[in-house]
Amino acid sequence: MFGFWGKLLDIDLSRGVTRVVDVPEEVFKKFIGGRGLATWVLWRELGSRWELIDPLSPENLLLILTGPLTGYYPGIKIVVSGKSPQSNGVVGSTLSSELGVELKSAGYDGLILRGVSRSPVYIYVDDAGVQIRDATPLWGLGGLKLVKELNRLLYEDVRVERGLDTLPSYIYIGPAGENLVRTSVVMSKLAHAAGYGGYGAVMGSKKVKAIVAKGYGPLPKVSDESGFIKLRKEVLSELSNRMRVFRYWGTTEGLWYTGYVTSSEPVRNWTEEWHDVRTFTHEEVERRCWIRNLWSDWGCPTSCMKVSRVFDGVRSYVTDGPDYEMGAYLGSNLGVFDAVSMVKLSALADELGLCGIQTGNVLGFAIELFERGYLTEADVGCDLRWGNADCIMKVLHDIAYRQGIGAVLAEGTYRAALKLGERAGTDLLKYAVQVKGVAVGAHGIRSGLDYPQKIAYAGSVQGGDHTSTAGRPLKSTESEAFAAFLDSAVICLFNTVDTKKLVDYLNVVTGWGFSEEDVYMGGARILTVQRVLLLLGGPDVFWDPREHDENPERFYEPLTSGPKKGEAPKREEVRKDLISYYEELGWDELGIPREETLSRLGIEELAKEVERIKRRVTPNA
Amino acid sequence: MKIWILRDYSRCVGCRLCEIECSLRHEGLVWPAASRIRIYESVFGFPIPYTCVQCDDYPCVASCPTKALSVAESGAVLVDESSCILCGSCINACPGRIPRMVEGKRAVIICDLCGGNPACVEACESAGFNALRLVRKPGGEVVKAYLNNPVKASEDLARKLCVF
Repeated sequence: MFGFWGKLLDIDLSRGVTRVVDVPEEVFKKFIGGRGLATWVLWRELGSRWELIDPLSPENLLLILTGPLTGYYPGIKIVVSGKSPQSNGVVGSTLSSELGVELKSAGYDGLILRGVSRSPVYIYVDDAGVQIRDATPLWGLGGLKLVKELNRLLYEDVRVERGLDTLPSYIYIGPAGENLVRTSVVMSKLAHAAGYGGYGAVMGSKKVKAIVAKGYGPLPKVSDESGFIKLRKEVLSELSNRMRVFRYWGTTEGLWYTGYVTSSEPVRNWTEEWHDVRTFTHEEVERRCWIRNLWSDWGCPTSCMKVSRVFDGVRSYVTDGPDYEMGAYLGSNLGVFDAVSMVKLSALADELGLCGIQTGNVLGFAIELFERGYLTEADVGCDLRWGNADCIMKVLHDIAYRQGIGAVLAEGTYRAALKLGERAGTDLLKYAVQVKGVAVGAHGIRSGLDYPQKIAYAGSVQGGDHTSTAGRPLKSTESEAFAAFLDSAVICLFNTVDTKKLVDYLNVVTGWGFSEEDVYMGGARILTVQRVLLLLGGPDVFWDPREHDENPERFYEPLTSGPKKGEAPKREEVRKDLISYYEELGWDELGIPREETLSRLGIEELAKEVERIKRRVTPNA
Repeated sequence: MKIWILRDYSRCVGCRLCEIECSLRHEGLVWPAASRIRIYESVFGFPIPYTCVQCDDYPCVASCPTKALSVAESGAVLVDESSCILCGSCINACPGRIPRMVEGKRAVIICDLCGGNPACVEACESAGFNALRLVRKPGGEVVKAYLNNPVKASEDLARKLCVF
């Protein structure tokens, strides 16, 4: 084996027992690593009872996985997965953390957490194995307070007698994860989050506050050393030179560009996707908030992050850029067009361990309901109107602690819409901009200038995830098979180069000799298993492909402003596109994988699960 | 000529390309723990590059009981792997505890300035960050200013900006 160890640490929190699981190279070749490996583990372990498993019960697994390119390819991401409390399927959620390299240096490709701990714990992994440590004093903390406390604790682990060494790396949850909020995240480094999927709540349900790792050894050997050195140099130099402008502004530039130019930015819960507000731009954030203009993660020459800080005389609000997604969702989407307020909201979301996208989406939904009279000041406790940042800040807090209206909104947009709709006696889902329980990322499809694929979200196995969108043709970077490959080899989306070069990179590291065809086939295999588990769904909500493989209603309302005013996708065309896309994947017109597809992909055992979907979706067929 | 790696905390982005290239040059492997330069980022967003400063008085060399350490023409401390007994004297003698014993290495590791062309500086320059630059070695005690505990230095930098 080259590039990975074939070893996972399996930690049973209920019994306090750890074992090392060997994963054969054949599995890696089929499912690559990262998201693919997560899908394989979840299918094997939970597939037979999938519909019955509550994602927040001890039976669910929390997976923290690296991929074969982790540590070799520029940049670092780690995959967090499990049965998602948002979609009830599998979401491969990625975040930047040096934990990936530390785990690999300690001799493991990842962790499986199962069961539930009796009291709050954090997990410490190094070359000597696993320790499950008490985290009672850390419970309830978030942001800088948590970092301060963890730094103090972990400094004792530095073996200073062997020379001064760096602190271990860690990922953690904030109060929102502890309180099982479905829009909570797994965090790292104050401002990075695995947002899609809601895995902060899964980690919280297991009473795990943080996962810490320190590795002392080298990464596994690569298959072709000189090829690796040469290709690495090439890719590094390409990225360093290509990314200069992007490096300077980061994705924060999108606040202006995605709104004014491509007209695909969420504005007031997507009632618009265009704005020309000059106080809501990357320049404004730079001028008023940035205290560091460049910030990178491990091995990354792109350096798209910045450090923002707002100091109000009493305390500091600290976050990164914020990146575009966070900025748009906690800014324009809420009618907050003031850079400073937006940075404060982002910093608070980070501190509480809330996903900026999911929570910004449910907040936008709540404000629209308030403006329309479905929610009142008696429900919320303040005047929840567009742009009222103080009130929004209060509600953000309420969500993290499940207080008042926060208890409903903490269920995420889809489930909150069902509950509030029931109360109001009307359908409120038409205001919920989400797909299969996952709020849509901050890239609209109506203008066609940003995300040209109208099936981007409707056909995705990860719902509204803007980093894993469906598209045609299948064998191109437009398709979700490519996204699945990136999340499985584990490469940052911003650091991709030409596909052939990516495949070469995989080959010099692993020695697999893959062709581009193999990579897309691997991607399709992962998508197929993900699709089946998603359609199994349950136990609280289930998806019907005829109803839920669809854009949010709002995306069919014509744009009301901007260069593409009047544009909206046509339902029949979306449906037609979707069916062609399914056809390419070897799925039927409901998106259920055909039997011959399963055998072509070498996953025949999935037939049992497919059978169960058919029994539910087409009982009379 | 004696050379020196000038480290500019305000430019370091924390990408650790220096660590990766250092371990590739010396060990032929991606092995951050065996990198002679390390990035300390105890408060995220405030990374501190940290490596040997080549003190004028070389306390590490003086402390070595087996004379395994010597000074190269570049000013770097060289380790003779065959005579190092991993006793830790140099670590205790170093005002910054910079020499390191790494599992799997049979001798202590210290920056050797790559014989005059440091891989870390090359990596930092070609990525366009220039937080590490090669300069002529400054004389006197000034170099020891870079030996403040980097875990604390990162916190101090953050505190200065009202962050920590």
